[in-house]
Amino acid sequence: MTTSAPSIQATAPRSFHAAHAWGAALAFLLCLPALLPLIVILSASVVPEVAVWSHLTRFVLPEVIANTIKLVVGVALLAGTLGTLLAWLTAMCEFPGRKFFDWALLLPLAIPAYVLAFVAVGFLDYAGPLPTWLRSVFGPGSWFPPIRSAGGTIIVLSLAMYPYVYLLARSAFLTQGRRALEAAQALGLSSSKATWRVALPMARPWITAGVALVCMETLADFGAVSVFNYNTFTTAIYRAWFGMFSVSAALELAGVLMIFVLLALALERRSRSAAHFASARDVTRDAPRLALGSWARWSALGAIVSVFVLAFVLPMTQLLYWAVEHAARDLDMRYVGFVARSLLLAGSAAVVVVAASVALAYTLRRNSTPLARSMARVATIGYAIPGTVLAIGILVPVIAVNNALQDVLKTWFGDSAPVLLLQSTLLTVLVAYLARFLAVGFNPVESGLQRVTHSIDEVAISLGVGGSALLRKVHVPLLRTSLATAATLVFVDVMKEMPITLITRPFGWDTLAVRVFEMTSEGEWERAALPAVAIVLVGLVPAALLTRRGAHVA
Amino acid sequence: MAIARIHFRPRQVRTAIAAGLLLLAGLGVGGCARQPAELVVYSARNEQLIKPMFDRYTADTGMPVRFVTDDAGPLIERLGAEGNHSPADILMTVDAGELWHAADRGLLQPITSQPLTANIPASLRDPQNRWFGLSVRARTIVYSTERVKPDALSTYEALAGPQWKGKLCLRTSKKVYNQSLVAMLIVEHGEAPTEQIVKGWVANLATDVFSNDILLMEAIAAGQCDVGIVNTYYFGRLLRDKPALPIKLFWADQAANGVHVNISGAGVTTHAPHKEAAQKFLEWLSMPEAQALFAGLNLEYPANPAVSADPAVLAWGKFKPSGLNIAKAGELQADAVRLMDRAGYR
Repeated sequence: MTTSAPSIQATAPRSFHAAHAWGAALAFLLCLPALLPLIVILSASVVPEVAVWSHLTRFVLPEVIANTIKLVVGVALLAGTLGTLLAWLTAMCEFPGRKFFDWALLLPLAIPAYVLAFVAVGFLDYAGPLPTWLRSVFGPGSWFPPIRSAGGTIIVLSLAMYPYVYLLARSAFLTQGRRALEAAQALGLSSSKATWRVALPMARPWITAGVALVCMETLADFGAVSVFNYNTFTTAIYRAWFGMFSVSAALELAGVLMIFVLLALALERRSRSAAHFASARDVTRDAPRLALGSWARWSALGAIVSVFVLAFVLPMTQLLYWAVEHAARDLDMRYVGFVARSLLLAGSAAVVVVAASVALAYTLRRNSTPLARSMARVATIGYAIPGTVLAIGILVPVIAVNNALQDVLKTWFGDSAPVLLLQSTLLTVLVAYLARFLAVGFNPVESGLQRVTHSIDEVAISLGVGGSALLRKVHVPLLRTSLATAATLVFVDVMKEMPITLITRPFGWDTLAVRVFEMTSEGEWERAALPAVAIVLVGLVPAALLTRRGAHVA
Repeated sequence: MAIARIHFRPRQVRTAIAAGLLLLAGLGVGGCARQPAELVVYSARNEQLIKPMFDRYTADTGMPVRFVTDDAGPLIERLGAEGNHSPADILMTVDAGELWHAADRGLLQPITSQPLTANIPASLRDPQNRWFGLSVRARTIVYSTERVKPDALSTYEALAGPQWKGKLCLRTSKKVYNQSLVAMLIVEHGEAPTEQIVKGWVANLATDVFSNDILLMEAIAAGQCDVGIVNTYYFGRLLRDKPALPIKLFWADQAANGVHVNISGAGVTTHAPHKEAAQKFLEWLSMPEAQALFAGLNLEYPANPAVSADPAVLAWGKFKPSGLNIAKAGELQADAVRLMDRAGYR
């Protein structure tokens, strides 16, 4: 790139440079929402709360640190394996029902992790139907593995979160094409060796990006781990905040968590900084899928069906059962509004976040300085910050701005000054979503962009296609799968999001997730099934669109 | 040159900027310009438990009520950050500790109101009248009618005794209801004896603590344990759905201090734009008609002793509530949390 750069500049249209500068400015602006809460968090960490800390380090942190590491490693391994394996099977192999499962394996994404957790505990705990039935058959002493345990938590969270890895790995396998695999086999590798030595390493940026999302969400999760009463770093943050009324201790803990996440991300970056992942770009729809032997075919199908049943069919059956039970009392015309508002928020967040991700990824691609790279890292960390902490981190600066403006209006207009309430506007909701979900959009887009080689840009620019035309005519078609993946993930994540929506929504702006909150906050889980089912159904829409789009590309 | 020809008077500039800001706020649908006569409530109590109250009040008085629901923690942070520009008139929570915390941070103001002090007993409101209990939630013992004789039960403290080894179920110490319960035990016994009691509970646990009271009662019914501690309205709700469950409530500590009670309550915010209207609304909420509805919606006890509870609630029998001021639950909450950490109550 460095050697050919002067020639690009010589032939590039003027608008290219302008676009470059605008892109950098835009990217900085996009990072701003995510940086604000970090500043709030870090500024609170300047003065440590000694009394609270000495208690925490003695009685709370040893347990939660060990628990958190166990949970994150466990979920990363299990969800990573499941997601990669399933994506491999549906993208590269042929087996009965492949087309259906290609789409269906995404569906668990739409079930919020806390809902899956509650259904699992309700079904599998001692008093649940399955252990009760087992006791009635095999006697009262019959043993059943406890669901409220580290193992149970890991399994349930993995079932809820594997779709992040699945979706990204699938996008990798689809775009790298099966030709590379064919080539490897032609060079004498067996098909399993070709998989291990060619296909998986080539998909590594996607798999890592997916696993990173899973780790971040696991770290930030409060709802699901609370159902298992599994104490993590996040539950410790909430304990300091709500239990001990120590906001500063809570923010300090959040600061420690963030530093830990940044280090982990930096290490991961370094480990693959030497590798390049550009592919020869043969988007092949004609290369044959791997033919599996009959044993392999049926065991693949068995694995897929069991994941699908455990992660989707069973929980949905339970939810539908509850939802139907309560529909007569709870289902009314207000649901039209809940659905419409959920759709509007999720849809506009998807547009905003994906656009921001593209701008950020491009700035990094063209201007890959260490500063720019670390800024992008920091900007995407919102996904690892516990939701309520992030919501307050956004709210505090927005309120400060609002109050400053209000003071100005007051001095100008006196008592007739209009009343501003920026903190509960859709604008603030979207800004906060951007801070929270930038990673969800950015990770797929950044991975996808590695497929677009610099030589493609050079050729395009030398042909006079530069600036926004380069983006529109060359990159967007190449990135279609990644963009659709990013949009789907953000859309579904926003559908499920609670803390930000709750505290920043305008008066009366209740969504489906807000309904779930209203029911669950006083333990009415069965009544929460109705809005939860609605979330899943609305979440199906982008999943269906995505696979149609994916199928088109493949 | 062109610039010199255009003279904005400052007033016009200001109007333009204000219009711009309004437009910005307008993007947010209802983000600005509230009407002069309306109440704004920040509520940690569920929509389905408060909306009927607001609707009734608006129908009776013509005063519109707007509200935001969330957990108390974020609502209190928001209120604090908003300061004197907060739109909120009233903060409503489902626990006294949270109201105490808000008052402690100066977010609630004292209200001098004859109806409120007459209707709400002193133990259920702030000693400085910055907040008032509106409904009472008793937290007492629940037991299996198949395996426990009620004579064997007495107090919360007694559940720490060796006869309950492997037979006790508790909800997580993360829930504020348990934090308040332990805080009130500290008031009664002091810190060290309370720690012994909590350690005794932990030693008696049949299984890891539960995330909610409903699961806990189902575990008792299924035989995983014999006794537990729950809020009465969860019991009422569960029995309404599954009347055959072999569990019953036992009123704890009747010979001495009485059943631990908490409140769902509210206070007027320090910078309430409509202070008088907010006070009127709280007074209305303390009156018999509103009290019956407010408590009845969630099978709780009215805070106003002149009002009787829902028949379904009365069927559980009469009990003596603790007379200790519930404000202590907030004051000692952080201590209670630390104590439970030390005792290994997760």
